[in-house]
Amino acid sequence: MTEFDTIAAISTPMGEGAIAIVRLSGDEAVEIADRIFRSPSGKRLRDVPSHTIHYGHIIDPKSGRIVEEVMVSVMRAPKTFTREDVVEINCHGGFVSVNRVLQLVLANGARLAEPGEFTKRAFLNGRIDLSQAEAVIDLIRAKTDRAMNVALQQMEGRLSKLIRELRQTILETLAHVEVNIDYPEYDDVEEMTPRLLREKAEYVRGQIEKLLLTAAQGKILREGLATVIIGRPNVGKSSLLNALAHENRAIVTDIPGTTRDVIEEYVNVRGVPLRLIDTAGIRETEDVVERIGVERSRQMLKRADFILLVLNYHEPLTEEDERLFAMIEGMDAIVIVNKTDLPQRIDMGRVKELAGGRPIVATSLLHEQGIDELEKAIADLFFGGELEAGDLTYVSNSRHIALLEQAKQAIEDALAGIDAGVPIDLVQIDLRRAWELLGEIIGDTVHESLIDQLFAQFCLGK
Amino acid sequence: MDYHGGTYDVIVVGAGHAGCEAALASARIGAKTLVITLNLDMIAFMPCNPSIGGPAKGIVVREIDALGGEMAKNIDKTYIQMRMLNTGKGPAVRALRAQADKVLYQREMKKTLERQENLTLLQGKVERLIVEDGVCKGVITHTGAHYYAKAVVITTGTFLRGEIIIGDIKYSSGPNNQQPSIKLSEHLEELGFELVRFKTGTPPRVNSRTIDYSKTEIQPGDEEPRAFSYETTTYITDQLPCWLTYTTEETHRIIDENLHLSPMYSGMIKGTGPRYCPSIEDKVVRFHDKPRHQIFLEPEGRETEEVYVQGLSTSLPEHIQRKLLETIPGLEKAQLMRAGYAIEYDAIVPTQLWPTLETKLVKNLYTAGQINGTSGYEEAAGQGIMAGINAAHRALGREEIILSRSDAYIGVLIDDLVTKGTNEPYRLLTSRAEYRLLLRHDNADLRLTELGYRIGLISEERYQKFLAKKEAIEREKKRLQTVIIKPTPQVQEVIREAGGSELKDGIRAADLLRRPEMTYEHIRKLVPADEEIAPEVAEQIEIQIKYEGYIQKSLQEVERLKKMENKKIPEDIDYDAIQGLATEARQKLKQVRPLSIAQASRISGVNPADISILLVYLEQGRIARVSNE
Ligand SMILES: Cc1cc2nc3c(=O)[nH]c(=O)nc-3n(C[C@H](O)[C@H](O)[C@H](O)COP(=O)(O)OP(=O)(O)OC[C@H]3O[C@@H](n4cnc5c(N)ncnc54)[C@H](O)[C@@H]3O)c2cc1C
Ligand SMILES: Nc1nc2c(ncn2[C@@H]2O[C@H](COP(=O)(O)OP(=O)(O)OP(=O)(O)O)[C@@H](O)[C@H]2O)c(=O)[nH]1
Ligand SMILES: [Mg+2]
Repeated sequence: MTEFDTIAAISTPMGEGAIAIVRLSGDEAVEIADRIFRSPSGKRLRDVPSHTIHYGHIIDPKSGRIVEEVMVSVMRAPKTFTREDVVEINCHGGFVSVNRVLQLVLANGARLAEPGEFTKRAFLNGRIDLSQAEAVIDLIRAKTDRAMNVALQQMEGRLSKLIRELRQTILETLAHVEVNIDYPEYDDVEEMTPRLLREKAEYVRGQIEKLLLTAAQGKILREGLATVIIGRPNVGKSSLLNALAHENRAIVTDIPGTTRDVIEEYVNVRGVPLRLIDTAGIRETEDVVERIGVERSRQMLKRADFILLVLNYHEPLTEEDERLFAMIEGMDAIVIVNKTDLPQRIDMGRVKELAGGRPIVATSLLHEQGIDELEKAIADLFFGGELEAGDLTYVSNSRHIALLEQAKQAIEDALAGIDAGVPIDLVQIDLRRAWELLGEIIGDTVHESLIDQLFAQFCLGK
Repeated sequence: MDYHGGTYDVIVVGAGHAGCEAALASARIGAKTLVITLNLDMIAFMPCNPSIGGPAKGIVVREIDALGGEMAKNIDKTYIQMRMLNTGKGPAVRALRAQADKVLYQREMKKTLERQENLTLLQGKVERLIVEDGVCKGVITHTGAHYYAKAVVITTGTFLRGEIIIGDIKYSSGPNNQQPSIKLSEHLEELGFELVRFKTGTPPRVNSRTIDYSKTEIQPGDEEPRAFSYETTTYITDQLPCWLTYTTEETHRIIDENLHLSPMYSGMIKGTGPRYCPSIEDKVVRFHDKPRHQIFLEPEGRETEEVYVQGLSTSLPEHIQRKLLETIPGLEKAQLMRAGYAIEYDAIVPTQLWPTLETKLVKNLYTAGQINGTSGYEEAAGQGIMAGINAAHRALGREEIILSRSDAYIGVLIDDLVTKGTNEPYRLLTSRAEYRLLLRHDNADLRLTELGYRIGLISEERYQKFLAKKEAIEREKKRLQTVIIKPTPQVQEVIREAGGSELKDGIRAADLLRRPEMTYEHIRKLVPADEEIAPEVAEQIEIQIKYEGYIQKSLQEVERLKKMENKKIPEDIDYDAIQGLATEARQKLKQVRPLSIAQASRISGVNPADISILLVYLEQGRIARVSNE
């Protein structure tokens, strides 16, 4: 039933420009936007005329917290790009907040659009020239072939194994409920009680929550790649953070050991979401405060997805530098040789050896040189050469998160139903929905398996 | 001797549960109809359980009634016991089940057929079809009579090359030792139909006078009068009870010891049996840990002492069956009247059918019932009425009628069959329906009466009554949505008594009704209506208001389904001409030939990407067609 639901996506090239748009298209576009939009005047989007734009805030309906300040345009069918109702949420807070808005939209009923899907709809609704049909087909086909690869990789992953187990738990519960319905007189099948059902539902919810936390890719999406900047004191780590963030977040001084604690900053480097973590320079030290900072830095390293190791061009490599290389062995990293405006004292041959094939970028952060090269190196590392906003790793995972969120919502609906004394066979509708949603993550929605389970689990017959 | 027997609009072959509904629907619509069956004394015969209805199935019976069919009325006239099942659960899964007086059921159905205008009833055996240029023109019987018609419906049940198996004995036979239908099966193969071999079975029958009921538990019918048909007004009050007993360890030991004598395990039976009706030997083998299995003793009628031993379906040799009976409390001395047996038979692979139940291979030929791979009287009857309607419509040049999955369980059943096929005898289960909250037993009339009326199967009088009911529901719902209940002492009292928490403010009656502990009875007491509210109206109001949230959710899903259903696919589209379809999808699509995108998306092996491609292809306008060779 994926053809006519409401779809959403970020529709500006990622990372480019200050404004990003989350676009929704479909019957429920306005309704979904309304669920997360609050206007200062209290007006509802469903009441506004077509082709108008409105100022307000996106809020998380669960926490009530403000997520983003936005302009929302409402365009009703048929005079829209897709000939369906379209809502565009204009955000300006950069990648992370746009992404939060997208996640909210997805959690509130929209489905993440497949690449080219807006175009496809436009076509299906008679909006686009016939000659474009084949291009659209190619797009769909190409997309799924790639998606298949990603799907295959994920099949082997921990995620799909966990989801399989979780689905089996739900399936057994469903079969239990079904057997009570279809074979009401079989006394040896224990009646599924609301209490028992609640237990199962809570277990499932707990597992989904865990998944949402551990889904590594999901973390990247919501939090950015954990990117730790390391280096000896005074090499220019904080300067690097400021350069990438395009603003002064960290204090920069010429006193070694200025940064005593960990500083975090979200930045978007050419579409790559980074959670930059500036650390205290790592060295053996007597200063207690600094020592705590150093210890933290080591901890941060353990959880890092990605390392920026800064060296000083103006000083010979030290034992400490060598130790840093040893600490990040096997991790994704870029080596930055900073202060190139000063005379060279570093042995670049040795640096290359130590880097072991990892990119090396020379910079003078003081003079804002080499920053472009560095940004490019980061993007290359992430996208594998091609700069593409709709990167698949990102797409499929965003989809997973959305599905997990929806599954969790379905379980919560089920729990609410149990609390309200709703009959079990109705609660079951939500439980089943959760099962189906989880199935979509691993591409398995075979309906028959419930019936198979029914007969495998219980002894029935005449 | 070949001779011309007559010309009709529609010919129905077989007068089992499918055939009876098909013939009646066709004749009532106004098509001149002939029904030919092997034995006129066996019309609407129940070869197995003397019972109609149950979860999902009972809802089908009501749907048949709302469409103007006969099964509901016939069982209402002939039941010996009636029960509402799942009363402790939600409204979506409640269902009626009746124990039938088996012989009376047949007699009543025969009477109805005999008295039906436009309908000719004939005993005979159809052996061939008259097919010219891929179009069915009539049938030929074993006596050489040629009957011509514009449409033919085959409903031959388990008779096609039927073989009965008891222990190591196997012989050619229809159910209950009726004659089998061999030539027709061969003829269908000749025409190019793909057939499968299925199997089912039935338990032994014993004499009631030899049962010691004191060792069993009584299972009475409901006190409250109940009926399947929305038109039934008189109820049978003297009901007969059923009885419950159990197998014992001794039963299981005997089965274990004699398993090698079971044709199921010796390899004599090759047909696929249904998982939901396993034989007792299956149950004992598969669920070895279970110390006992339930056995229900069901009387077969008022005028007979025969009792159906439900739960003991078996194809073990007769002498072992006798031994088994001796181990069951209450049946120690029971006299065996008929041995249980398994039956193997041919069915046609149902993906060879259009959703109208017309075959793709032969135009104007329809099949319905067990021949399509289903099992069960209700499943057969549900298909029967749809095939009858469509055959008559074809003959009269009217539109095709297809029920959607959101219209009826019958829609789910037929869609499953023609879209997914089946690799075992197919039985309806509530879990097969994705919109079961909408497909309730209480609202079958609201779902289908309109259609029944439009096609001429529902009388004007009944239709007017139906409209009045609908309006009454709407009026009362509207009233409850506007009238405010104030927190007066009397109101608080009623709420307290119901176990709810007291009102703080005035509340709309509908909102109060949504509270789990409140019923329409309470609300009616607090804010009485000016008009008489009939019980069936009250039932609707309660369900529709209480479960509105869930109903709305389902309706939204149905909305989406409808859009997919409205995207039609031409019957003769050439899938080979569509670039980009995955190979498996292409094969499946060519086989099933779905009529809508919705149907296409339910075919296993057809992925969302293939659906997208298909949609785009359809939209671009130049659709390649398969040429008619
Ligand atoms: C042994 C046995 C056990 C069963 N157990 C179960 C069960 O446990 N649960 C369940 O749900 N269902 C069971 N069933 C199935 C149930 O009986 C059938 O599904 C149902 O009766 C099918 O209805 P029908 O109208 O398709 O066929 P039937 O009721 O079998 O009617 C077929 C009709 O076609 C006629 N006919 C056949 N061949 C010809 C011909 N060549 N020319 C003219 N007329 C012909 C016959 O005379 C008969 O009237 C069982 C059936 C059998 C035989
Ligand atoms: N000449 C020159 N000076 C630089 C460059 N980058 C940073 N600096 C200077 O080096 C000093 C230290 O910079 P920081 O960014 O504070 O270094 P840090 O690594 O964060 O230091 P700690 O937090 O103390 O470990 C400051 O005085 C900077 O102005 C550069 O490219 N060239
Ligand atoms: Mg610093």
